[in-house]
Amino acid sequence: MPVYSEKVMDHFMHPRNVGEIENPDGVGEVGNPVCGDMMTFYIKVKDNRLADIKFKTFGCGAAIAVSSMVSEMAMGKTIEEALKITPQSVADELEGLPKQKFHCSNLGAQALHKAIEDWRSKQQGGGK
Amino acid sequence: MRRVYLDNASTTPLISEVRNAMLPFLDEYYGNPSCIHEWGDKPREAIENARAQVAHLIGAGDSEEVIFTSGGTESNNFAIKSLAAAYQNKGKHIILSAIEHFSVLHPAQTLEKMGFELSLVPVDKYGQVDPDDVKKAVRKDTILVSIMHANGEVGTIQPIAEIARLTRSNNIVFHTDAVAAVGNIPVNVRNLGVDCLSLSANQFYGPKGVGALWVRRGVRIIPYLEGGVQEGGRRAGTENVPGIVGLGKAAELALVNMEERINHVKPLRDRLLQGLPERIKYTRITGHPVNRLPGHASFCVEFIEGESMLMMLNLNGIGVTSGSACTSRALKASHVLLAMGLTHAVAQGSLLFSFGIQNTAEDVDYVLETLPPIVDRLRLMSPLWDKFIKSGKGGE
Repeated sequence: MPVYSEKVMDHFMHPRNVGEIENPDGVGEVGNPVCGDMMTFYIKVKDNRLADIKFKTFGCGAAIAVSSMVSEMAMGKTIEEALKITPQSVADELEGLPKQKFHCSNLGAQALHKAIEDWRSKQQGGGK
Repeated sequence: MRRVYLDNASTTPLISEVRNAMLPFLDEYYGNPSCIHEWGDKPREAIENARAQVAHLIGAGDSEEVIFTSGGTESNNFAIKSLAAAYQNKGKHIILSAIEHFSVLHPAQTLEKMGFELSLVPVDKYGQVDPDDVKKAVRKDTILVSIMHANGEVGTIQPIAEIARLTRSNNIVFHTDAVAAVGNIPVNVRNLGVDCLSLSANQFYGPKGVGALWVRRGVRIIPYLEGGVQEGGRRAGTENVPGIVGLGKAAELALVNMEERINHVKPLRDRLLQGLPERIKYTRITGHPVNRLPGHASFCVEFIEGESMLMMLNLNGIGVTSGSACTSRALKASHVLLAMGLTHAVAQGSLLFSFGIQNTAEDVDYVLETLPPIVDRLRLMSPLWDKFIKSGKGGE
């Protein structure tokens, strides 16, 4: 029995939105090499919507698939909608994750929320 | 798609001669070897024949010193727990290396909770133990030293004979976990001078679920599994007759074909050890450059993680293994790689290729052409690679 669902394998093999945004509106970085996975999310925000999302991930197959799925789920959504994405909803969209991967590799929502926080703090800081 | 199995350290395939030797003991010779009626005769004879074959492989003079077990893990648990119990009146101090297999380390840690004391001897960057460090760790109450013959993860072979001279002169029992070594390199218990040794059939083309513990005559060991008087009362339970017959046959073939097998896998190993770092920048060989198992090639590919490489290799028909945290059920980076001084980030990129008699030079070439684009792809996704390139240290 394969370890990962077909959906996970699809996102692992063909990750959506890999890369980086030049002059992003927000950046969110989570994880470290000790636990195995690291994710960096870059966002562009326009009219309170996520106009663009890119990510870079160091980690296992699950970590790559999670990042890709989060970027797809959040693309074009309002900030409020994006903040409702949770590790559970990501895992559900991926048709499940192995038990031991749920906590360590499922950092995508957290990285995205951190990028949104970063955008917000820049706004409050009287940025552009 | 081409399918290339390069994970012989996890298990070798069962070869047909061994399988054929086992089959009658799954069919017509089903008797229990302990029975005195004629159904027990053939199985009993076959077990004693296998015992002699195993003794012969490891150069043991007396086949009664060989105890059959369910494999490497049981042999190691047996050795650590039962030797410690047998010698505890003499002292309670045990010495291991920092890179022992969990089936040695964990029972020793259990003993620690029960009042024994444990010292872990370090290894150098090649994963090798310095006998002087063992000497320094020895105390008056040291009763047991257990250091593996060869490490299955990085392939490094330890100076066992040198350590044995030391334990012998200090009257300490020396066990070696030789699971990765026996059947793959010449192992002779007399020449090594050890007191107790673990081996497993599935490391040299025998079946899974069977192994042996060799205990030198005169070394005390309490029974591990208690019950009947099988295996001289040291390991109770109706014998795994087909498995034991398979182990015996595999041992016989390993001894006869040792040189030929080494000459087959060594060039494959060297082709990969040389070729991979040439094709993939920032790849380091792990383990000892010379004193390593003939079929083992292990690496750390920097800035990416092992499981994702392993998955992509698998999709290309290549089966390998990794010591990265993500591939372990415990989600911890390999204690072997960390003990060798590698950082967590580097250890995450661990890859282990282990060759067997079924592999060819074309298999190596297929890896050499398949892996570089996988690494490129994962590095382009990696924030660590990104930071490294932007730092300018890469010179690119």
